[in-house]
Amino acid sequence: MHKRLIVPHALFQIMIRRLAHQLIETHRDFSDSVILGLQPRGIYAADRLQQTLQEIMGITVQTGYLDITFHRDDFRRRATPLAPNATKVDFTLEGKRVILVDDVLYTGRSVRAAIDAMISYGRPAQVELLVLIDREYTRDLPIEATYTGQRVDSLHSQRVEVTWQGQDSPEDVIWLLTPTPDQEEPHATA
Amino acid sequence: MQQLSVRHLLGIKEITPQDIQLIFETADQFKEVLNRPIKKVPSLRDVTIANVFFENSTRTRLSFELAEKRLSADVINFSASGSSVKKGETLLDTVNNILSMKVDMIVMRHSSPGAPHFLSRKIQANIVNAGDGTHEHPTQALLDSFSIRQRLGEVAGKKIAIIGDITHSRVALSNIFALQMQGAEVAVCGPPTLLPKHIGDLGVKIFWNVREALQWCDVANVLRIQLERQTGKLFPSLREYALYFGINKKMLDELDKEIVLMHPGPINRGVELTSDAADSHHSIILDQVENGVAIRMAVLYLLASKG
Repeated sequence: MHKRLIVPHALFQIMIRRLAHQLIETHRDFSDSVILGLQPRGIYAADRLQQTLQEIMGITVQTGYLDITFHRDDFRRRATPLAPNATKVDFTLEGKRVILVDDVLYTGRSVRAAIDAMISYGRPAQVELLVLIDREYTRDLPIEATYTGQRVDSLHSQRVEVTWQGQDSPEDVIWLLTPTPDQEEPHATA
Repeated sequence: MQQLSVRHLLGIKEITPQDIQLIFETADQFKEVLNRPIKKVPSLRDVTIANVFFENSTRTRLSFELAEKRLSADVINFSASGSSVKKGETLLDTVNNILSMKVDMIVMRHSSPGAPHFLSRKIQANIVNAGDGTHEHPTQALLDSFSIRQRLGEVAGKKIAIIGDITHSRVALSNIFALQMQGAEVAVCGPPTLLPKHIGDLGVKIFWNVREALQWCDVANVLRIQLERQTGKLFPSLREYALYFGINKKMLDELDKEIVLMHPGPINRGVELTSDAADSHHSIILDQVENGVAIRMAVLYLLASKG
């Protein structure tokens, strides 16, 4: 596996702050807005955004975690079962402006499942999508992000890995992984 | 991800401790689903499940049906009364006829021990045993352990007394297997005529006195007297049974510790449990019913994903 650094630590911090400021432009005081991080990897981005908004605005934006396992469209089409993660939504979504947050936007299928899962908690007034990395030209469904950290051109065989300081890496960095010729990657669905 | 080691849930005996753990972890997530404003997920929307009940059931059947519907499966119900079984059709023919309508899973209750095991050797669909005679009732044992885990944190190391009609109880046998598999200590308690002769061989303690059993245990799982399965007189009268083996709130309050009271239902109030005991703070009987749906959703989900 060949690893190329596409977003180094310093740029990562700038990107998060920019996304936070973009959110403030639209949501102002966040009185009716909530952040929903998608399990498993979008929750780190959601937490970081909440923390950054706290630093900038001094307010705590309601943040939850949404698991999409039971709403995915590839159940029974895979060799192994899908492991569910915890959902933590301690507030109603009825009439709220929801910001769905994920680390990477690829085929759009996770986002489709997330919208489906989210509706179980009420009828939001508006739904937006924020992603750190948008893998362009790889969509299976007509889904686009409202806020994008960075666009990346990639092949299906490649993988984008967002690693978080304090979780699985000494620094916040984003990698593009390319399989070496002897490794044939199965078609990922992240 | 891990998956179940089996294609059918025939009994606790056939599964592993890892399977139980996986079912519990999945059920935790389904409990969360059941607390949403919209309590339904689309996971099993291309799966058809037949509930085939050759024996009466209210709770188990409702619980399975609700679990199936919460998972968006298509459900058909079959009960032996009013069916061609009365005209002499065999079990295998009945089930094969149902399966030829393209059914993916069978949830079956039958009065003969081993009926689902027999079917599992003959048919392709996944089978969930919802009770086979006096043999096993695996989803009940799973939800009982799940409820203990929810109340006490874990099952390992806990002392569980199963009190009442052990001989005629599939709940007792499945519970003994499940609890021992998770590292709990198990005792049975009841009149000698309602305890199987060699029950000690399963490694369970035996109490003849219900007060001693309560004093020993952390959890008392009280079973119903199954008059419909009993042939011949096994005790003089229900009144006498209630006097010697019935549990009331006073007995629970007099203990120098808190114990948890369980019952798989339906309760014969005034026989094995008095109303004040069944409705006391010791009781987690209604939690058991609630957990039943989540456990059955987990079992159906995990089996369906094995195909």
